[in-house]
Amino acid sequence: SVKIDSKTIEHLERLSLVDFANREGIRRLEEAIQFANQIHSVDTSAVKPLINVLYEEYIQSLREDCVTEGDIREEILSNATVTEEEYFFAPPGNIPLPDKD
Amino acid sequence: MINCGVIMNSFCKQRRNLPFWMPITGIRAIFTKSLDLACAQEKRKNWESVVGLEVHAQIKTSSKLFSGSANKFASPANSLVSLFDCAIPGTLPVLNKKAVEAALLTALALNCNVNLVSEFDRKHYFYADMPAGYQITQQRLPLASDGYLDFAVFSSAVHKAAYKKQSKIKQLQLEQDSGKSLHEESCSGSLIDLNRAGVGLMELVFEPDLKDGEEAVACVSELIRILEALETCDCKMEEGSLRVDANISVNKPGETFGTRTEVKNLNSLRALARSIDYEIVRQIEVLEKGGKITNETRGYDPQQKITLSMRDKEEKQDYRYMPEPNLLPLSLLQLKLDPSDFRVRIPVLPEQERTMLMEKYQLSLETAIQLVNGRNIDYFLNVMDALPNLPVKKVCSLLLTDLLGLLHKDEKTIQECQINPRQFAKIVELVKNKKISHSASQNLLLLLYRGDLRHPEQVVEEEGWTMINDPKQLEVICKQIISENPKSVAAFRAGKAKIFKSLAAQLKKECNDKYDMGDATQTLKRLLEEKNL
Repeated sequence: SVKIDSKTIEHLERLSLVDFANREGIRRLEEAIQFANQIHSVDTSAVKPLINVLYEEYIQSLREDCVTEGDIREEILSNATVTEEEYFFAPPGNIPLPDKD
Repeated sequence: MINCGVIMNSFCKQRRNLPFWMPITGIRAIFTKSLDLACAQEKRKNWESVVGLEVHAQIKTSSKLFSGSANKFASPANSLVSLFDCAIPGTLPVLNKKAVEAALLTALALNCNVNLVSEFDRKHYFYADMPAGYQITQQRLPLASDGYLDFAVFSSAVHKAAYKKQSKIKQLQLEQDSGKSLHEESCSGSLIDLNRAGVGLMELVFEPDLKDGEEAVACVSELIRILEALETCDCKMEEGSLRVDANISVNKPGETFGTRTEVKNLNSLRALARSIDYEIVRQIEVLEKGGKITNETRGYDPQQKITLSMRDKEEKQDYRYMPEPNLLPLSLLQLKLDPSDFRVRIPVLPEQERTMLMEKYQLSLETAIQLVNGRNIDYFLNVMDALPNLPVKKVCSLLLTDLLGLLHKDEKTIQECQINPRQFAKIVELVKNKKISHSASQNLLLLLYRGDLRHPEQVVEEEGWTMINDPKQLEVICKQIISENPKSVAAFRAGKAKIFKSLAAQLKKECNDKYDMGDATQTLKRLLEEKNL
């Protein structure tokens, strides 16, 4: 079965900003990885990766360069907990997670 | 703080070597000028420096890359933001056609291989000015790759001769710009404005084939000229529409590249040059003391003119790139965007102009650079076209030295010049036909520059500048000079060649701009040598 070391756990928490490093959380993650690992049993060496199922029938459409949106500041700011005049307010820099030790 | 220590140490070391009577207030001025430069050059002799640039150029479109909000500088905060730009769920990216065309044109002008099919990826990291938590970019399969930029390196102050250089372009990709964070001292946090979030960028990744700040500035300056000619970016570094990051490392000759640092957020050419040159010296000092270079990101402080570390940890950023599932591959031909249609749209570029000038008019590289890079080429070509068979050397010297000198004093550009190319051509023609002397042409230029409305020929006549040019009269004058200076003449005939200069100076005074000095000195020489027989 899959086992993940604590350094990787810390790294994943920092990347996702999700606090899951309790026993249950790690067990869940390890089970999920084990489940996904089944894909390794298939030999895909000669197969091109599939990224999108639509690309054979559709082409990426393009937009004309016209201004059609914007000017909705009130709406844009309405979800924010803290604003300052016309700006969003965010805490300083990126808050680093404290080390687990 | 370590960096400040390094500077303080070198300050103290140099202080000891100065004479005891040197006042303390004088030291800073001397420092930043000659001592610093001399020290830096000394240090760099045993090391090779390697510089690789990354340029982010905002694409000159009316709307953003994936949304219909406007792309405008200095608008009220958060007024140019759509629901997609602030990552509200249920919104999707739709690619801007003009942005693709601009990037394609730029890629072709920079000699890249265009990928007819390219793809978009998500680059994940958390920062308050990037609401989605990821940036849409083209990491795996960019729009173009393997291009190059030819440019010339020439600073009349540093080098005597110009030299040509090429920087290879690893890739050119489309990506989103982030919003802006303003750091407020008082309220211990950041104010976020998303007006810029989602604006289209072309990222150009160059190979590490440059060696110092001067080459970096020459490379970016040429890039700016090209982008402005293509009109795909307005290149206003001070407004942030063109930003440059520099990757810098040093190594001993023969060894592999050393660990590099990245200096980010350089928003002027001056900052680019200074930060690179500072960082090279800093790295050398660290290594010579036995230390190691950390692979880190640094910022440039223009006040103290130093680079400072920006990250606490050495840990590399893990961006977890993944394909952008909301965008299909960008298939140019299917969208009727054929590179060959765009190739013909490329206007004449600076390198072509310089080559043309050198070939057509036999100009040196340095002169070609002054005409093209200084944006004087249009005026020059108009002058050359105004009248036939103008002596090109005379045109260049009168234009680049005299006329530009006058404009520079008034802080004007050639486009604002009062003298039209036809008048200028007339002045040169008058010199060519030996109607006026070189110094008279300078005076004539000055009068017309100051707004004199008379025709050049009229001025010459009214000011009495017409040259006499009678060879018989010239002989008389030369003979007069000879008879008035028996000692000097004897010395010259005895072999003291240098004394000719003083005789020529007297001759010039006597001629008083009425004779061509080339003819005059030739006549004088002939007479001096004649009597010798």
